[in-house]
Amino acid sequence: MKEFNKKIVLEDGEEYFGYGFGANVENICEIVFNTSMVGYQEIVSDPSYTYQMVVMTYPLIGNYGITDEDYETKQPTIGGIIVREYNNRPSNFRYTKTLSEYLEENNIPGIYGIDTRKLTRSIRDKGSRKVIITDINTGKEEALKKLKEYDIPKDVVSKVSCKKRWYSRTTNPKYNVVAVDCGIKLNIIRSLNARGCNVTIVPYNTDAQKITELKPDGIFLSNGPGDPEDVVEVINLVKELKGKYPIFGICLGHQIISLAYGAKTYKLKFGHRGGNHPVKNFETGKIEITSQNHSYAVDEKSLDKTDLKVTHKNILDDTVEGVECKKDKIFSVQYHPESAPGPQDSGYLFDKFINLMKGE
Amino acid sequence: MPKRTDIKTILVIGSGPIVIGQAAEFDYAGTQACLALKEEGYKVILVNSNPATIMTDTSIADKVYMEPLTLEYVAKIIRYERPDAILPGIGGQTGLNIAMQLYKKGVLQECQVELLGTSSESIERAEDREKFKELCEELGEPVLESIIAHSIEEGLEAAHKIGYPVVLRPAFTLGGTGGGFADDDEELKEIIKHALKLSPVGQVLVEKSIKGYKEIEYEVIRDSNDTAITVCNMENLDPVGIHTGDSIVVAPSQTLTNKEYHLLRDSALKIIRALKIEGGCNVQFALDPHSFQYYLIEVNPRVSRSSALASKASGYPIARVSAKIAVGMRLDEIKLANTPASFEPALDYIVTKIARFPFDKFVLASNKLSTQMKATGEVMSVRKNI
Repeated sequence: MKEFNKKIVLEDGEEYFGYGFGANVENICEIVFNTSMVGYQEIVSDPSYTYQMVVMTYPLIGNYGITDEDYETKQPTIGGIIVREYNNRPSNFRYTKTLSEYLEENNIPGIYGIDTRKLTRSIRDKGSRKVIITDINTGKEEALKKLKEYDIPKDVVSKVSCKKRWYSRTTNPKYNVVAVDCGIKLNIIRSLNARGCNVTIVPYNTDAQKITELKPDGIFLSNGPGDPEDVVEVINLVKELKGKYPIFGICLGHQIISLAYGAKTYKLKFGHRGGNHPVKNFETGKIEITSQNHSYAVDEKSLDKTDLKVTHKNILDDTVEGVECKKDKIFSVQYHPESAPGPQDSGYLFDKFINLMKGE
Repeated sequence: MPKRTDIKTILVIGSGPIVIGQAAEFDYAGTQACLALKEEGYKVILVNSNPATIMTDTSIADKVYMEPLTLEYVAKIIRYERPDAILPGIGGQTGLNIAMQLYKKGVLQECQVELLGTSSESIERAEDREKFKELCEELGEPVLESIIAHSIEEGLEAAHKIGYPVVLRPAFTLGGTGGGFADDDEELKEIIKHALKLSPVGQVLVEKSIKGYKEIEYEVIRDSNDTAITVCNMENLDPVGIHTGDSIVVAPSQTLTNKEYHLLRDSALKIIRALKIEGGCNVQFALDPHSFQYYLIEVNPRVSRSSALASKASGYPIARVSAKIAVGMRLDEIKLANTPASFEPALDYIVTKIARFPFDKFVLASNKLSTQMKATGEVMSVRKNI
C-alpha cells in the first residue's frame, strides 16, 4: 500500500490519514460536508465556501475533470477538499484540466483516501469544527496547538466581494439589475442575463445613494460566506432601500433581508449542503428539490413580529427556506434557485423577480 | 391529499411466469406494493399465474388467485370479486397490457373498476411510438428522427434530411438482418439495395445513428399534486445498442458533469409531468459523448426492471411509494422511516450491476449482445468505488 503523506486533524483530536492532491499547502478551516453526487467543480469554485473545507460524501471525485465554462467565481476561495477517492483520469468531452491541477493552480489543498462516511457522521454528531490539513509528519500536539491559536477570520464577505463594480450585459436587455456582491455565484448572473437583465455587480459596501444613481429596476442580494450579522453594511442598505425597489435575495441575501426586517438568525449544527433538500412551497403546496449551502438559518419565531411571511420551508427539519413581504416587493430564499450544482426546479423565482420589475 | 376512502378492495396483477427479460424483480415490486396497500388498510386481491413467487405467499395479499394472466381469466375474477380499483403498473409489461386490454374491452367500465395510478391515456401516450414522438415534439424534447424509405432515392433523400451517420433498418425482418450503418451516400446505396430486397414489404427505416452514445436512465416518481423527483440515475457502461438488461450498469452516473446530469433530469421530469404519470417511471436517454445533444429513447410508464435496480441501489422503495401514490397520497405524506418520500436519495457509494448470461446452457445461441435481452441473472454490488 502507498504510504500516507497527508492528514487532517480536527480540533477535538480526531485524526484521519490520506494522500495529498492539489496544492501541497497547510490550511486551517471550518469543516463541513456536502452530499451532492455531481458538481464538485461548482462547489470548489463557490465563494460561499471561503474558510471552509468540504468533505464530499459521494466517494468518487474527479471523474469528469474541470471544464472551462462551469466556474462559479473567477478566483476560488474554498479552503480545501476532502474526498474518499480521487480520479485523476477524467472522462468528459468538455474537460480541459484535472481537479488536482485546478486546485494546485489556486493554491488549494486536497486530500483523498479518507473514510468520508465516518468523518461525515462525526460532523453530524458533534457539529462543524475547526480542521487542519497538514503534512503527515506534523505531530498531533503541534497540529492541535495550531488549531487552538488560529481564529477563523470574520471579514469573509470583504474578502470575496468585488473591489469595484463590473458589468454583465446581455443582448436585448429589458431590465437593469444591481447585484450586491457578497460572494456572488456566476450562475446567478447568468440566470439573470438569460432573462433579459443587464446586471451591474457592485461591492458589498456600496451605499444606497450610489445604487440609486445606477437607476436599477430591481436589486439583487447575493449569496456569500460567513455570519450574516457581520455584514452590517448590507443590512443597513436593505433598511434604506426596502419598498423603493423590487428586491430579491438568495442564501446570505435571504438572511440579510430577514435581519433588516428585525428577525434573528442562528447557526445550524452542521448546516445544509447538498442537492437533494426537499422544500415545500406554501403557495402551490408543491415540493421542490433544492440545492443548498448554508450554516446559518432564520429563526421562524423571530419572524412573527416582522412584515415578512414564511413562503417556503424545509420539510426535513422545518427550517425557514423563504420569506416575502408583498407590500415591499421583497422576497428571498435560503436555497439556490440558480442551482449549479443541483436541481433546477426553482428557476421560477427568477421569473417572479422579473415580474416584480415588470410591475405585475 | 390523504389516502382515498372511497375504495376498499384493490386488484393487483402480478407478472406471471419468469422469462428472460421479466424476472424476479417484478415479484419484488409486486410484493412491496401489496404490503404497502395492506398497510394503508385496503383489501388486496392478487392474481398471478406463477406460484413460485413471494407475492403469492398467503401473508402478502388478502386473497390470491393462481390463474393464467389472460384477459378472459382476469375479467372473470373481476366480475366475481368486484374490486373497486385495479393497480396495473406493478406487474411489469404483462400487468400493464392486461389492464389496457380490460380497459379497451370495456370490462373495467362494466364492473365500475377504476384504474389506479397512471391513466390509460397516459400509458398509451408513452407506449405508442407515434404518439410519444408527437408528445416529445410538442414539448421540444429531442427524439430520434426517422423516415420510411421505399426506394434508393427516397433513402438518400431521407439520409440527407437527417444527416449522416444513419442506421438502416429493413422493416419486418428478424433481428434486423440486412440493416446497417451508413456514413455516406456510397455506403447507403450499397446497404439499402440489399435491405429493400430483404424486407418483405420493401420498406427501410432510415434513422439517425446514435452508435456509441452514452446510455443514461433516470428513475422518476410523481404524485397527483405534480410534485416530481428523481430517485436515482444510472449510466450504462455499454453504449446504446445493447439492451439495458445485458449492460453493466452503474448508479449514479459516472461521467456526467452537473450540467449534463441536470439537463437530463429536467427533461425526465418534464416528460413525467407531461404524461401525468402517477407513480414511478423510467426514462431512457442517449447522450452524445462529444456534445450536449441528447435523445429520448424510451419511457416506461410503470415499475420496471431498472426501477428494481434503482430501488435497491438507492434504498428508496419505488414500488411501495408508487402504490401509495396510486391511492391518492402525496409524496410528502408518505413516510420512509422518518423521512418524507419527497426527497432525492444522495448516495455515498457506487452500485454496479453486472449481468449473468446462460451461454453455457444455450450453447447454440448467439453470444453477441444486441437490442434483445439475453441475460438470465445479475449480480449487484455496493462499494465505495467501481
